[in-house]
Amino acid sequence: MQDLDVDRVTKRYANHLAVDALSFSVAHGSFFSILGPSGCGKTTLLRMIAGFLSPDEGDVRIGGRSMKGVAPNRRPANMVFQQLALFPMMSVGDNVGYGLARRGVARSEIRDRVDRMLKRVGLAGATEKRIDALSGGQKQRVAIARCLVLEPTLLLLDEPLGALDLKLREHMKIELKQLQAEFGTTFVYITHDQSEALVLSDHVAVMNGGRFEQLGTPQELYYRPRTAFVAGFVGANNRLRGRATRVEGNTVEIDAGEGLVVRATAHDPVAAGGAAEAYIRPEAIVLARDATELPPAAQRLSGQVESLLFDGANSAVLVREARSRAEIRIALPQTGRYADLVVGETIAFGFDAALAVCFPAATVG
Amino acid sequence: MQAPDSDPRSIRATATPSTRLALWLLLAPALVWLLALIVLPHVELAVLSLRARVAPRVYEWSAKQYLTFVEEPLYWHTFVRTAVISLVSTALTLIIAFPVAWYIAKIARGRAKSLLFVLCLIPFWVSETVRTLGWMILLRESGVLPQLLFNLGITHEPIEMLYHDATILVGLVYTSLLFMVVPLTNALESLDDSLIEAAYDLGGSGASILREIVIPHAAPGIAAGSIVVFMLTLGNYLTPTLLGGKNSLWFTEQIYTQFITRFNWEQGAAFGFLLLILSTAIVWVGLRVTGQRLGEVMRRA
Repeated sequence: MQDLDVDRVTKRYANHLAVDALSFSVAHGSFFSILGPSGCGKTTLLRMIAGFLSPDEGDVRIGGRSMKGVAPNRRPANMVFQQLALFPMMSVGDNVGYGLARRGVARSEIRDRVDRMLKRVGLAGATEKRIDALSGGQKQRVAIARCLVLEPTLLLLDEPLGALDLKLREHMKIELKQLQAEFGTTFVYITHDQSEALVLSDHVAVMNGGRFEQLGTPQELYYRPRTAFVAGFVGANNRLRGRATRVEGNTVEIDAGEGLVVRATAHDPVAAGGAAEAYIRPEAIVLARDATELPPAAQRLSGQVESLLFDGANSAVLVREARSRAEIRIALPQTGRYADLVVGETIAFGFDAALAVCFPAATVG
Repeated sequence: MQAPDSDPRSIRATATPSTRLALWLLLAPALVWLLALIVLPHVELAVLSLRARVAPRVYEWSAKQYLTFVEEPLYWHTFVRTAVISLVSTALTLIIAFPVAWYIAKIARGRAKSLLFVLCLIPFWVSETVRTLGWMILLRESGVLPQLLFNLGITHEPIEMLYHDATILVGLVYTSLLFMVVPLTNALESLDDSLIEAAYDLGGSGASILREIVIPHAAPGIAAGSIVVFMLTLGNYLTPTLLGGKNSLWFTEQIYTQFITRFNWEQGAAFGFLLLILSTAIVWVGLRVTGQRLGEVMRRA
């Protein structure tokens, strides 16, 4: 059973195509994220699902029912807004009970359901509080409770963590995931923050220019990006552009110029002699003080340490490749083995062609 | 307070006699204005209203002027009538100004927005007398509108549209619109659109969103506009006199008559005070009923 079916939906603004014949489905009870840079059309898409915009072409079905001509207040989908949009003129209880009151639910029942909902989101006893007396995280929970109390088929979330500071955002990520698991409601979440999308979602769609570049599990997006955009947008990546000099099955040899030649794996055919680009994740590259320590299958390169970026578990080092002077980001192993690296030191590094991905490029960059 | 210069005590501590003098000099025009034009005349009016002439140039303290007001039906009829028409006119102004303000604040964008604001302002480039005379040209028996209705065969003869209560209301609402549109537009502009969308998304209808989200948010603006319009209307002299003619029975006219025609300053002063008490009382009741605070309301105005 699909809770959401988007069927060839298109939205145009003047001469700009915001959403381009997009189709996808979201399964019941899953957490689905749409990840993309600002201006990619994700907000337009979400507003079409919520009903604030109507598609120029195509149809949105929620719970199997076409939403053509159905106003937002009649759709079984509720939205958590970017700035939360809690009603400052009402108490917490009235905010959560607002939707029920609009449905004509009896006053005593509203009170019971609001109390139960606030208890479930960990805000028991906050019914009479004013909105401005709540912390950022509590407001977030009220905004979600206000929607979930209506038991919608679909909960739409428009970058709700954007306004929070980093620490709270990390905390709310976990809380959101737990809430979704507990309620079992289908969540459709839009964000430009890849970490939010990867941590929270069962499935992520990477959106760019009104289309989905790739739709898959977070692991698929990270380890098997299907387009150069996804490889560049999800996670950190080193990009090397050049000409494909040899193609053997999936393995493509790319000459990035100045004698730098790397081998990478292509999922889509790359023509020998054509322009190509390789993406190598910082954590796929192995460091060694002595080149013989590198795994036998790895392609061996060397360079000089340009700068050290110490960030605990996310520490990395920027190395200038010896021949081409290309800057390459390499993750430091968490064992602390290379904690004594110094700037200017010459170091060997290598990576397995299977862990690097390669795409045909339009031009030799 | 951590910043030393934001502590009022430190300012007072550093105030030398010369800076204190400068402060007083800066305040002087405002203080003189308050004292000379508001406080002194009112004290004088209060004294005037509470004395009666017993013989040429002989006066004694008395509540006679206020008794006359109570005993003479014409006076308190006019008084009540003025209050009622002013309230009706304020309500009408609010009803007409709300959609205008909503359009300017929420629908119009960019140039259209400023243009609409200017359009509201343009009538005020012409003096109130001329504007009121304009209404007379339109509405008098031989004027534009009655002739048009007659020529179209809608009325059998040109009808006199001046000198009715409705005419006074039209004039008063027209004069007051801007003073309602401005605070309302400000109040509505500060309402986050996402609140309206959220209410709509949660199942609210147009009417319920207006009642539960928009009006509570705009309440200080509504109160501010209503107070200003009510005060202006209650104290208006020209519009009711010109458009209502002899039938207008407006309280400011009674005050004018006492001071200028009858030369009965004592009675006029008493009437003036009664009008002041009336407007204060109605504004107070209005704020009480709507649960607004005067300070907050005036900040919005």
